[in-house]
Amino acid sequence: MGIIRTEDLTYIYGEGTPFRKVAIDNINIDIDEGEIVGVIGHTGSGKSTLMQHLNGLLKPTSGKVFIDGEELFADKSRLKEIRFKVGLVFQYPEYQLFEETVYKDIAFGPKNMGLDEAEVDRRIRETARLVGLREELLAKSPFELSGGQKRRVAIAGVMAMEPKVLILDEPTAGLDPRGRDRILGLIKEYHAEKGTTVLLVSHSMEDVARTVSKILVMSDAKVFMYADRSSVFARADELTSMGLTVPQVTRVFDRLRAMGIEFDDEVFSVDYAKDLVLRLLEKKRRHTVD
Amino acid sequence: MIKDITIGQFFPGKSVIHRLDPRIKLLLTVMYIVMLFMADSFAGLGAGILFLLISFLLSGIPMKMMAKSIKPIVPIIIFTGILNLFFISSGDVLLEWKFIKITSGGVTTMVFMAVRIVLLICGTSLLTYTTSPITLTDAIERILSPLKVIKFPAHEIAMMMTIALRFIPTLIEETDKIMSAQKARGADMETGSLIKRAKALIPILIPLFVSAFRRAEELALAMECRCYRGGEGRTRLKQLRTAPRDYFAVAIGVAFIAAVIVLNRFSPI
Repeated sequence: MGIIRTEDLTYIYGEGTPFRKVAIDNINIDIDEGEIVGVIGHTGSGKSTLMQHLNGLLKPTSGKVFIDGEELFADKSRLKEIRFKVGLVFQYPEYQLFEETVYKDIAFGPKNMGLDEAEVDRRIRETARLVGLREELLAKSPFELSGGQKRRVAIAGVMAMEPKVLILDEPTAGLDPRGRDRILGLIKEYHAEKGTTVLLVSHSMEDVARTVSKILVMSDAKVFMYADRSSVFARADELTSMGLTVPQVTRVFDRLRAMGIEFDDEVFSVDYAKDLVLRLLEKKRRHTVD
Repeated sequence: MIKDITIGQFFPGKSVIHRLDPRIKLLLTVMYIVMLFMADSFAGLGAGILFLLISFLLSGIPMKMMAKSIKPIVPIIIFTGILNLFFISSGDVLLEWKFIKITSGGVTTMVFMAVRIVLLICGTSLLTYTTSPITLTDAIERILSPLKVIKFPAHEIAMMMTIALRFIPTLIEETDKIMSAQKARGADMETGSLIKRAKALIPILIPLFVSAFRRAEELALAMECRCYRGGEGRTRLKQLRTAPRDYFAVAIGVAFIAAVIVLNRFSPI
């Protein structure tokens, strides 16, 4: 059994009012520990609602959520404890910063967990390094930082709680390409170093494709599919009809393959594509020289 | 919890009451309040009840909304009721026990005041139920505009009210979001002593203030980009015009006030 499991999970907004809306409908997922998963879907497909169930912020209308084998809401006094296992980084997390210094803000989560000073300090320094915040920034006010830095502080605030599962809801929204690469890079590094389960929610296939290994596609309040990325992208036509796109490079290489050029691997990122093309050209050059 | 606030709630509709000129509706509300405070007999209050019922029926707003608007002021009614009951000593003594003395005058005043407060709240909430906040502030601006002669910033005040009303739902949504985010970081707002709970509000209030200021700045900039320079020479898309029905409504209001005066004469409390 995986670290995250849901059983017929359904959530309905505004039950009994004219505004009734089924946000997620009969969701059954099972995510293994240590996996890095991209959660993708259109606006309003229920991604964020599903994520908020995974740490008990929303109570299911029906169905069950299991985290690390333990059912959420089975025992209300355990809820806070389980919540510490699942770190949730909201959209635009920089708007939740409130402390006088970056240091204190990152400390908020760990302190709520009741850890001692030394442990809190260790975690702050470690996560600050992980997200690439220099030592001297820790003493600054979070409101003096740049947008990208603020976001990294907010993400560090959740990472410092060392959750078993880290969920990030649109962590790259509103950032420039460099800021986006930086955030995605640090998520990858965090996953590689800590080996924790990571869920990356996004509507950008490009972002997801080069970061994760498995993809959960949501459509119309339901799970459309959950599989590794190449088998998801293999159903490019269906994704397109749902308004989702396969990354541009992947499409280019799919076409090249259809034209009869052989590649031994799926292509998800531009960097990898560049290497591949260079290697191919090299091979061709040698071929003609011979 | 925060979603239960009904102040300023508006129910779109096409009834006569909805279509009345908002300035006339404001005037009628003021007349209605004057009427309630002039009435010093139950018969006078009866006229107030009749006026309210007619307005509610014409507006097509469900009667249960009336009950909903009274709900938040129940403690105030109980409080004033108790004060009246114990501290007014006129008429016959009904009950005497140690230092507590309840008189018939006290009971009458208690009931009278309670009915008056309920009528007051129901009537004024009918105004907000049937008038959208935007038209209401429009009306306030127009009513206050003669005061511009003495440099009273009528337009600015109306604009401030419009903006404030517009941002209530936005800020509620924002509060919800920040609360979830801090809860996800282990913030505990539901347990502990009063001081502990007050302290737990800091992680919510600071981000909320910061974002409110940010929004204000963005809005100011956006308004300036659209060449907003205050009320001077500004025309509007929807002009307020009075129709015959508005004069008719005022006439009814005047008639009711007259009736209250007459009733006061003939049936003292």
